[in-house]
Amino acid sequence: MSRKTSRPAAGKSRRTGRRSPAAAAALIAVGLLFTGGAYAAVSATTANAQPAPAAASQSNVEDGKKLFQANCATCHGLNAQGTSDGPSLIGVGAAAVDFQVGTGRMPMQGHGPQAQKKPVQFTQEQINQLAVYVGSTAPGPSIPDAKYLDADGDAAHGAELFRINCAMCHNVAGAGGALTEGKFAPSLVGVTPAHIYEAMITGPQNMPVFNDMNISPEGKRDIITALKYQEKIGNPGGIGLGSLGPVAEGLFIWIFGLGAVVALTVWITAKSN
Amino acid sequence: MSTATAAPTAPAKQSGGFTGKAANYLDERTSISGAVKEFGRKIFPDHWSFLLGEVALYSFVVILLSGTFLTFFFDAAMTHTTYEGSYAPMNGVHMSAAMASTLDISFDIRGGLLMRQVHHWAALLFVASIGLHMLRVFFTGAFRKPREINWVIGFVLFVLAMAEGFTGYSLPDDLLSGNGLRIIDGMIKSFPLVGTWISFLLFGGEFPGEDIVGRLYSLHIMILPALVIVFIALHLMFLIVHKHTQYPGPGRTEENVVGFPILPVYAAKAGGFFFIVFGVIMACATFFQINPIWNYGPYDPSPVSAGTQPDWYIGFADGMLRLAPPHLEFVWLDRTWSFGILLPVIILGLFIVTVLIYPFIEAWVSGDKREHHLLDRPRNAPTRTAIGAAGVTFYAVMWAAASSDLIATHFRVTMEGVIHTLQALLFLGPVIAYFVTKRICLGLQKKDREIALHGYETGRIVRLPGGEYIEVHEQVSDYERWELVSYKDNAPVMLRPNAQGKITGSMRLRAAMSRWFFEDRIAPVTQNELDQSHGDDEHH
Repeated sequence: MSRKTSRPAAGKSRRTGRRSPAAAAALIAVGLLFTGGAYAAVSATTANAQPAPAAASQSNVEDGKKLFQANCATCHGLNAQGTSDGPSLIGVGAAAVDFQVGTGRMPMQGHGPQAQKKPVQFTQEQINQLAVYVGSTAPGPSIPDAKYLDADGDAAHGAELFRINCAMCHNVAGAGGALTEGKFAPSLVGVTPAHIYEAMITGPQNMPVFNDMNISPEGKRDIITALKYQEKIGNPGGIGLGSLGPVAEGLFIWIFGLGAVVALTVWITAKSN
Repeated sequence: MSTATAAPTAPAKQSGGFTGKAANYLDERTSISGAVKEFGRKIFPDHWSFLLGEVALYSFVVILLSGTFLTFFFDAAMTHTTYEGSYAPMNGVHMSAAMASTLDISFDIRGGLLMRQVHHWAALLFVASIGLHMLRVFFTGAFRKPREINWVIGFVLFVLAMAEGFTGYSLPDDLLSGNGLRIIDGMIKSFPLVGTWISFLLFGGEFPGEDIVGRLYSLHIMILPALVIVFIALHLMFLIVHKHTQYPGPGRTEENVVGFPILPVYAAKAGGFFFIVFGVIMACATFFQINPIWNYGPYDPSPVSAGTQPDWYIGFADGMLRLAPPHLEFVWLDRTWSFGILLPVIILGLFIVTVLIYPFIEAWVSGDKREHHLLDRPRNAPTRTAIGAAGVTFYAVMWAAASSDLIATHFRVTMEGVIHTLQALLFLGPVIAYFVTKRICLGLQKKDREIALHGYETGRIVRLPGGEYIEVHEQVSDYERWELVSYKDNAPVMLRPNAQGKITGSMRLRAAMSRWFFEDRIAPVTQNELDQSHGDDEHH
């Protein structure tokens, strides 16, 4: 509320050509307003992602097919049947599309050990259309229900499931880890609940599929809850050093701890001038 | 009233103030002035690298203080319990009493998390400062006669510190420490014949059992600290008996020590330095999180997290295991011989023993029976410095291998590539480091020689009346030159028949080793050469 009232003040000061002392504060307020607004818009679209598949109208499928043929067909084939350059997408489901395109992994930038995350190339509406189209080719995992994505489940159970099923690749703190041949499990910090869920049910890149027989939807909700809880509380002990464990701690003590102590020994034994 | 009381009390005595009376009271009842006279006038030379051992001592004091606090609240039992504390993501999770009490220390006891972090950071600094102190002692040749025994004592302290660290790391019974214990269990089980028996003895049955935390706790808070204290006492006793070493310089000889007396200067400096080290540790513990056991959760033998590593000082052993090539197991005499584990364990053992006995090897090779209280500049002992560099490289490669997975993810390379590169470097790295270091040392010695004889190049070109151009060299001062020329030179030992007129195999070996050590050397500048070069310079 206060942000909005401060906007005219900023305008007025500009008109007089002098920078009023309140201008900096007002500018920050405007910046915050835009950032907050943009953030709200983004989170709104993610939240809106859920009802979208319900609107699997014929026109959405048509639009999705056009987008697919223009952007994806080179590798995945005109009818998503796959080519020598890319796998068939028949039966991968809408969830796979929402994950791969929604995190920027598809369209792929180049061939490598695995598709890298990058800025998202489509609007959420286009992603939905693509998802609806690919989902219409054959039955497959669909975009998860919002009730599993509220991060309000049992964090203790979720953390236990995470340690047993996920931590060997993603690290207990979700900081990511190495796989063979240059592949890796990415960091889970900042990944949206929908994308975490979709990754579990579709098994992107080198990840195994955790279907509903393996981890129930409630279990997946608990895992998301645990991850989001960890993100929310941050590091109770101070700066987390990347949550990478003893390697980061060892480097820290050698470089900064012992470095500081050696600098102090030099200072203490320095000859006074 | 003895006249030998410490310097600060002397003026007070004359004025008959409280200090004087108190000192007199104490002295009449304890005869402490003798000790103060003996120790208060001990001289310590001043150099920053001489304080590294003190850093270790002070961090050990911090460890003792914070550790005592932790013992009040830590429950070293593996009884099953359900966590009911205030960290929500662990609520209702089954775990051992050890893990639950560690979580309580972290979240429900005032100052507990800070004390845990102080204890852990201080432990990392303790071992790190011991390591750096050892490197200083090695590269300056401070382990030479009469200090070989003190090197061994110091080395035992280093091993004890690692054992202290590892037992402490294992106590919370979280996932990370359980994985560490599992690796130790595997290493023990790889020993032929006795391995399985030792493992069952240690863990009280099949791993993990319900005894190990209690047993490690006894080691961690009683036996190992007691040993550390005993060995520190021995170490310091020998330090006083031998007197401190010093760097060569004008006025410093094998017979004297140039520096400050303990009282009042050195005691004040060291006392202040203790608080500085304490402060650095507190700052680390306040701002930087260490070992977040709440992320790792209770130990369960099935999960292993990505990025599971031991604390840095055990890293070299973990790395050596990672570097062992696959498929080294075979069955012989109806037993499985796990050379994939046994081979790294043997290499680690050999490496450790070599470091331990190095002073004796060098003494035997050089045949040097003189006492050494003046330190070597590393360049003046090229072969030793090169061997040290090779050893450091070998250790560093093993150390790097322990973080192979993090190197792979953070530098965008393949894990196999990292491991294969490090496997090659384990053999090539020390060789390269040896030759490069030796050449650098010899080069520096040549430069020193050049400077001692001809002085610095000034860059000033002068044309002489005869038309000749010369560059003016500026002579170094006599003090500076002393540091450049006053080192002892070791020549290879001659292969001479012994009293029986024979040349034994060990004598041949010694002569060969001695040649290797001392063949390439730059002799110190002699007075003769100096006189000649000075005449030369005047002519120029």
